[in-house]
Amino acid sequence: MKYLHLVWASLFRRKTRTLLTLVSIIAAFLLFGLLDAVRTSFNQAGQSANGAQRLQTGSKLSFIQTLPQSLEVQIAAVPGVKTVTYANWFGGAYQDPHNQVFSFAVAPNYLDVYPEIVVGAAERKAFAETRTGALVGERLAQKYKWKVGDRIPMQSTIFPDKEGSKNWSFDVVGILHSSDKKSGGFFDQMFLLNWKYFDETTPYNRGQAGWYVTRVADVSQADRVAKAIDAISANSDHETRTQTEQAATASWMKQLADMGLIVGSIMGAVFFTLLLLSGNTMMQAVRERTSELAVLKTIGFSNLSVLAMVLAESVLLLVLGGVAGLGLASLLIPLVTAGSGGTLNLPVVGADSWVLGLALMAGIGLLVGSLPAWSAMRLNIVDALAGR
Amino acid sequence: MAKLIEVRDVSKVYERGKQKVEVLHHIDLDVDEGDFLALMGPSGSGKTTLLNLIGGLDLPTAGSISVGGQRIDRLGAGALAKWRAARVGFVFQFYNLMPMLSAQRNVELPLLLTKLSGSERRKHAAIALQLVGLADRATHKPGELSGGQQQRVSIARAIVSDPTLLVCDEPTGDLDRQSAEEVLGLLRALNRDHGKTVLMVTHDPKAAEYANHTLHLDKGTLVEQATA
Repeated sequence: MKYLHLVWASLFRRKTRTLLTLVSIIAAFLLFGLLDAVRTSFNQAGQSANGAQRLQTGSKLSFIQTLPQSLEVQIAAVPGVKTVTYANWFGGAYQDPHNQVFSFAVAPNYLDVYPEIVVGAAERKAFAETRTGALVGERLAQKYKWKVGDRIPMQSTIFPDKEGSKNWSFDVVGILHSSDKKSGGFFDQMFLLNWKYFDETTPYNRGQAGWYVTRVADVSQADRVAKAIDAISANSDHETRTQTEQAATASWMKQLADMGLIVGSIMGAVFFTLLLLSGNTMMQAVRERTSELAVLKTIGFSNLSVLAMVLAESVLLLVLGGVAGLGLASLLIPLVTAGSGGTLNLPVVGADSWVLGLALMAGIGLLVGSLPAWSAMRLNIVDALAGR
Repeated sequence: MAKLIEVRDVSKVYERGKQKVEVLHHIDLDVDEGDFLALMGPSGSGKTTLLNLIGGLDLPTAGSISVGGQRIDRLGAGALAKWRAARVGFVFQFYNLMPMLSAQRNVELPLLLTKLSGSERRKHAAIALQLVGLADRATHKPGELSGGQQQRVSIARAIVSDPTLLVCDEPTGDLDRQSAEEVLGLLRALNRDHGKTVLMVTHDPKAAEYANHTLHLDKGTLVEQATA
């Protein structure tokens, strides 16, 4: 610690260069914080205690392939199954095709399988009794300023009605929200419509379900139940794949985009650039301080002390920029979430991200500092003082 | 007076690529404790090399060097660094101060290697700066000081850990006459009043006059020993 002022002073010996490098590091770690939040948001989808009790059954071929509704009875008969429900993707858009809404046609017992979705009893009753009724997630309702009693025009990007029109109308009968804000942010943006209205209005569904959701009686039996469900359709034209909700969500997300790969690739490129940039800064900083380092060694600083000081300087540079960048991300993420009107529900920069971020700062700092530190350590005093 | 430095049959050969250059040839030299010795000679005569060897910055190719009874030519890099920190103060021609640190912080640098607390370090540095007449410039950075003042700060840095030996390489080489005389007066005071043994390399005969003895080196050999 007694060397800290020396390390600090050396770091800011060339203020402009250090500040510019710091800005680059801040930008890199700001990006890291934001992208890591996106990745975490994707990873958290489907991860909840309730989710662990649910199995999702979809087509083995692709999540857009449908399954016969007749499977419901057969799945319900599998030992260990407590409740089974089904749903299909509606593909709704509000006012503009770009305003995609997470809209699903759901079976009457759909909410029984999702106890974390909170809906008033009267609203749930109204949903069951209103053919064109819709339950809307509270963030979605806030975004479009919808309230109970509103009639909502919605365009399906997939299903037309019998006349061929893709324009549908729904009556908002209730607002739903999730009791699990960490993993259930998705529910707050859902738009649920009655299965019967959907299935009878469009000629293109014809008794097909998009997927089944099964609640198992005993989580430890989930694997066995999943295998038994898939065995029902084995060797048929509609073979199924049953997974835990977490695995299914991850698989579904992966079909949309492999966030881990995308985030990893972007951050890999960013940190590689950062490595070159801060490495160059450190090399220059040490090169122009050759005689000063030689003086330190002359007055008795050991080779290892000099090595440690240069490494500390490099790590300090990365930690200063990294903490500022991640701190900035922590401030910006709630603003981004609020600014998106509920479309994005990014988690705050959590302890895991901070630990990973700090490890990256230390790792990159040590890496970029290693070469100049090694040169400083091996510096020959006589040659350096003579300017050779 | 007891001998502080004993140089015996010291040679130094530098290898520059495939070429071997013998800079010092079989040097024998004794320096008494409390002496003020000037080393003179033309460029390339080996003055600075001899100074570096006695200051423990470099090792001889052959021969032995003892300082205060200790064979420094046998010490490893780490032990030699510790020895320098405890026993030798260095003064350079171009001061070699840390430009980003205040005079006080520059003077404190050698004390970072001791077990002194922060407040003790500050106190010692303040005394050293007072001794060189720069107590009122403690917060100034080197860029805010004149050449003479910077050299006095570097002398304060050299004496702050109370070393036995002061090794000065052309300490007035970059100074005007008045500043040079101030610095030389300071070195003489440190020698006379504080008992420091001073070894000074210089080109300037006037500077050498401040020393008790002057030795001349030519082509790596001691050619003359005179008393001032």
